[in-house]
Amino acid sequence: MMEPEVRVADPARRSMLLTALYIAQEQYGYLTRDAIERVANRLGLPLTEVYSMASFYTLYRTQPTGRYVLQVCEGLSCHLVGGAERLVDYLRKKLGIEVGETTKDGLFTLQTVQCLASCGTSPAMRVNDALYENMTAEKVDELIETLRGYHV
Amino acid sequence: MFEKVLTRNFGLPRSETIDVYIANGGYQALPKVLREYTPEQVIEIVTASGLRGRGGAGFPAGRKWSFMPKDPDIEKYVCVNTDEGEPGTFKDRELVEKDPHQIIEGVIIASYAVGAHRAFVYIRGEFFLGVKRWIKAIDDAYAKGFLGKNILGSGFSLDLSVHRGAGAYICGEETALIESLEGKRGEPRKKPPYPASVGLWGKPTLVHNVETLANVPHIINRGAKWYTSMGTPKSTGPKIFCVSGHVRNRGIFELPLGVPLREIIYEHAGGMAFDKKLKAIIPGGASTPMLTPDQIDITMDFESLEAAGSMLGTGAIIVMNEDTCMVDVARRLMHFFAHESCGRCTPCRVGTHHMLSILERLEHGEGKPEDMESLEEIARGMRGLTFCPMGDAAANPILSGLKLFRDEYEYHVKQKRCAVAA
Repeated sequence: MMEPEVRVADPARRSMLLTALYIAQEQYGYLTRDAIERVANRLGLPLTEVYSMASFYTLYRTQPTGRYVLQVCEGLSCHLVGGAERLVDYLRKKLGIEVGETTKDGLFTLQTVQCLASCGTSPAMRVNDALYENMTAEKVDELIETLRGYHV
Repeated sequence: MFEKVLTRNFGLPRSETIDVYIANGGYQALPKVLREYTPEQVIEIVTASGLRGRGGAGFPAGRKWSFMPKDPDIEKYVCVNTDEGEPGTFKDRELVEKDPHQIIEGVIIASYAVGAHRAFVYIRGEFFLGVKRWIKAIDDAYAKGFLGKNILGSGFSLDLSVHRGAGAYICGEETALIESLEGKRGEPRKKPPYPASVGLWGKPTLVHNVETLANVPHIINRGAKWYTSMGTPKSTGPKIFCVSGHVRNRGIFELPLGVPLREIIYEHAGGMAFDKKLKAIIPGGASTPMLTPDQIDITMDFESLEAAGSMLGTGAIIVMNEDTCMVDVARRLMHFFAHESCGRCTPCRVGTHHMLSILERLEHGEGKPEDMESLEEIARGMRGLTFCPMGDAAANPILSGLKLFRDEYEYHVKQKRCAVAA
């Protein structure tokens, strides 16, 4: 007799969903349709459920990004010390892209985030897994130059 | 001088390691608890200490523990809330990155007290270093026999694992955290039932903030009486205050609850940056109503701030000087709440975006005379009427801003520009 298709995940198994999406994102670069389908199949969940998760949480990417994702914190504490908007403007001009866009060479994507819990060392930004605090225009220049240097 | 408790190891090299923690008196409360106290006695000590939750709500920890069912046959869980995401708050990140073992020791003691054999750390996905530090610390605690089967030969077993969130402020709310741990969208559940009776996978669950748990080993080591010697009668113990904004020394300061706000700002945080005048203070994180300079002598504890119409919240103090436009502050905060609304209930989902669009219009010099009434009406329609406390959180900066700085809103409407920049 054939096993019926599993559509209701057991509770503990479903708890792996966030982690599974991280792994898929790591492998595919972002959550492609194929990546989401594979996660859904492995965990026995409907595709719509997995899509719903991927769109709810901000750390999942459903679009391709550049090699380095620059995320500038827009939190109130960063905003007050002249960070946030000034930093975003500076990066926009420097990289020639708008928020949400990727540079033509595929190196940088510019994003804004709501809070990085670095209010004591604001303005703050994140590049992939690394946090950069007390940011200034000079530090941004240095950072971009260093990252570009890896790809010459 | 106040003796630091929770941050005492912060300045030490490799303070995050188990060796440094043990060398400075760590993991002494655990064997004491396992050998000398019954779970009931541990709950009694924590209740007597008066420890209140440090995540924002300030609920008495001992009472929360006593709500957990006593039946040993019922499976129970403990969750460590490391989903810190309220603008202005950065204390938990420091605790996890600089001294994770005091939190782990607290988790083990709490789990023993409530009879849980499985505990989970739920950490913000953005805390990359925090995730690494948690995992390393847990591995080391297992290796020393502080976690796992038959801890220190006591017969008590506990497994602890890390679960990484994926970027949603609302997951800091305990029921949304549980939903997210179950692999669902982090949308809050209706309360009651409270997690202490129906929590993770339907089982009784104790959810505690990182800072709350970090207090526990110290309470066991030095006793409830020592603990109540700090703070006020109803707000006992030390508290980590996070100070950001327009002060000279931004950062975290561990001080006893009940310390005057003036002392925090002018002594510990070094006073106002560039000698500008103080204009407004957010005392407990983005969701708490603002205070004005005439309230600077208020003491920072749960009851005084509540009496002043605000909240201690997470103890995150955001200081603003005379050059700050309060409409701009409201807009920035509303941008946050509108972005972070989980979208489940209409007042929050629609209300936050509606308020944001009004505030943006005001800032762009396109305000209408009826805008202030609209803001008030929407905020009142959210306060206490949304599914979870996020509605209150979003309404607070608007209602307190309009109450304290109404003239600035009016200036924006009439003069089509900002009073501060003018």
